[in-house]
Amino acid sequence: MMYLATTGRRPDAPPRPAGVGRRVPGTVVALGAVSLVTDVSSEMVTAVLPLYLVLGLGLSPLQFGFLDGLFNGATALVRLLGGRLADRGGGRHRTVAGAGYLLSALSRLGLLLAGGAAGGIAAALAADRLGKGVRTAPRDALITLSAPPEALGRAFGVHRAMDTTGALLGPLVAFVVLWATADAYDAVFVVSFATGLLGVLVLLLFVPAGAAPIRTAPIRTAPARPVPARTPMPVAAAPKPARPKHRPLRDPVFRRVTAAAALLGAATVGDSFLYLLLQRGLDLSPMLFPLLPLGAAACYLLLAVPAGRLADRTGRRTPFLLGHGALLAAYLTLLAPLGRATAVVVLVLLGVFYAATDGVLMALAGPVLPAEGRAGGLAVLQTGQALARLVGAAGFGVAWTWWGPRPALLAAALALAAALAAAWRILPGRNTP
Amino acid sequence: MTPPATVKARSTVLVLAVLVLLGGSLGYVLHARERGGGPRLVAAEASFTLNEPGLYYRDGATGRVARTPGAPDGPSCARFYAAGERALCLRALPGTPARTQAVVYDRAFTELRTVTVPGIPNRARVSPSGQVLSWTTFAVGDSYAASGFSTRTSILDLRTGYLVKSIEEIPLTVGGSRYHAADVNYWGVNFAADDNRFYATVATGGRTHLVEGDLGAWSARTLRENVECPSLSPDGTRIAFKKKVSEDPAAPWRLYVLDLADLREHPTAESHSVDDQAAWLDDATLGYALPAREGKGGDLWSVPADGSGAPRLLVPGGSSPVAVAPAAVPPADAPAPPR
Repeated sequence: MMYLATTGRRPDAPPRPAGVGRRVPGTVVALGAVSLVTDVSSEMVTAVLPLYLVLGLGLSPLQFGFLDGLFNGATALVRLLGGRLADRGGGRHRTVAGAGYLLSALSRLGLLLAGGAAGGIAAALAADRLGKGVRTAPRDALITLSAPPEALGRAFGVHRAMDTTGALLGPLVAFVVLWATADAYDAVFVVSFATGLLGVLVLLLFVPAGAAPIRTAPIRTAPARPVPARTPMPVAAAPKPARPKHRPLRDPVFRRVTAAAALLGAATVGDSFLYLLLQRGLDLSPMLFPLLPLGAAACYLLLAVPAGRLADRTGRRTPFLLGHGALLAAYLTLLAPLGRATAVVVLVLLGVFYAATDGVLMALAGPVLPAEGRAGGLAVLQTGQALARLVGAAGFGVAWTWWGPRPALLAAALALAAALAAAWRILPGRNTP
Repeated sequence: MTPPATVKARSTVLVLAVLVLLGGSLGYVLHARERGGGPRLVAAEASFTLNEPGLYYRDGATGRVARTPGAPDGPSCARFYAAGERALCLRALPGTPARTQAVVYDRAFTELRTVTVPGIPNRARVSPSGQVLSWTTFAVGDSYAASGFSTRTSILDLRTGYLVKSIEEIPLTVGGSRYHAADVNYWGVNFAADDNRFYATVATGGRTHLVEGDLGAWSARTLRENVECPSLSPDGTRIAFKKKVSEDPAAPWRLYVLDLADLREHPTAESHSVDDQAAWLDDATLGYALPAREGKGGDLWSVPADGSGAPRLLVPGGSSPVAVAPAAVPPADAPAPPR
């Protein structure tokens, strides 16, 4: 909620067109709060789950790996389904997202009640993954429908910053609960359940059921300028009756956005590889290893809002490409002789990469899609990007095995540079200021 | 459910809900605290030593080391092993993130050295002389491998005090050529009588290999595929291991024995899937844990190493078996034998 009070009031902020609030819309802040609370809930379980399964229940690491990997692949398909469901019947975003949040919250009870039964635990984990997959696209669609198109970058920045805050707080809460109870894992599940319910409640109380009707029309002034500029949008006419099936990939502009995101995703090696290279290069203590992702997340958290504002000012294309440039710089930094400063530089660059690309991509793609097909379209984009990243990480693993880490990283840097050049051509909005 | 009309009404509902959920959570946490959460870590009773030869194991009910027959008066350990003059105990430290404490004891269970590493206790071994120790933890949070499975294996040489916290960067030769990969995972290291040669499992690219390592030369080479959790026989001629025989995640492994002279293997009479690093109870018998028929934990079983006979239940609720031989040198307070 603090963003209501602190953002959008800078005296040097560019003048806003009439009718557009300077504040981040309440719905976006509410969705950010939902994500924050839900991430606390889910990350506290993630932090203790291996301990609970292997130490508490005596499962072997193999069984754990099996349970953990279960349904991971299915999440992508569920995400597409969630998008479709939200679009059908026009604006059921809140319902579908809420069902996803509720399912994840209830899955904690499943963990609690399963006791030691592997089947029950598998079912609880499946429910959690299902909930996570279903809710993502409708939630992001709700953000695009709730904020003015010209302020979408900042809206996503605020949402992602709150989301990341929750992810950082979750393990901390788990730590406190375990400390207070002398390792009672069930207490962690109960607190996580209560926190998850709170998230659902915030969604029901503070996110309106129907999408704001003002911005339901797709933004497409001309093919050359698909990304909205900061000019005021004419208020669209009443939405047309929802088309039963919108096929987002039929749309040439959206297809170009997806192609660029997938291309860049396939040239992404996966953070864990970068952390591993850092750890090996610096001979970092394994105890410090978990701090690396934490550092990157902290940078992401700090930079998400500024990057979103920048995206609103310059058009989303530029930060999206620059963000991938930061990732390229991180690769090159790791190729140079390593020192203490390298770790800091790489983590900051990773934070810049996420801040300038994650929410910004949604802000870039959202207005391109018609309101009635927005959740489905965003789901297609997110799934495409996620699958491309999987391919990229797997390819990097193979290259590492064949050539060794340094040549593999060099190849990844070349691939990313090539993908960047291609994305610069493919990505729409080159003529936008 | 439609939201109540005014912001004030909605805020009131939210505040009430926060109070109820917070109260409920706090109540449960206090209840769990009262109940006394997880098991506590305790030290060995003064009377408990390794001087009595026999079968030592971890008692599942108390989490403490025990000797048959007798009460579990040893230290709390998640994994336990002993040989020569030393015992190695892996215990999970409370809280998150997961950390393992490896404690080196002498025969009287005096703590000689303590090392803390990240991860969950998985395997523990001591060389026959007691001079070189190794352990494996199951690491979480750095699952860069596709399966989300990662191990970290350490070696501690008590002669020099030198500790290798992770052996994953040891130069590895696979099929005669130097091998690089990001996903190499080692586990189940155990040392031969010379305190230098060791055997272990390396996993990479979805396969497992038996590796033979050289501590002094700091190198390792693969000997054979599909060998996990090797355990060298006391006479140094055979290796007991678990072999993956099925893709069924419920029962993937069988307990096998490999003859090092001709690299021929044979199954033991144990027909269940064994997910344990077997221990040689003598030159002809293997001890290992199997998941309990019902509920949590496991039971301790033994089977002849030559493939004959049938499995025998040794200790219900037991795990981490180790046969402790009589002391090679007498305890410090005993008179020294004439030379």
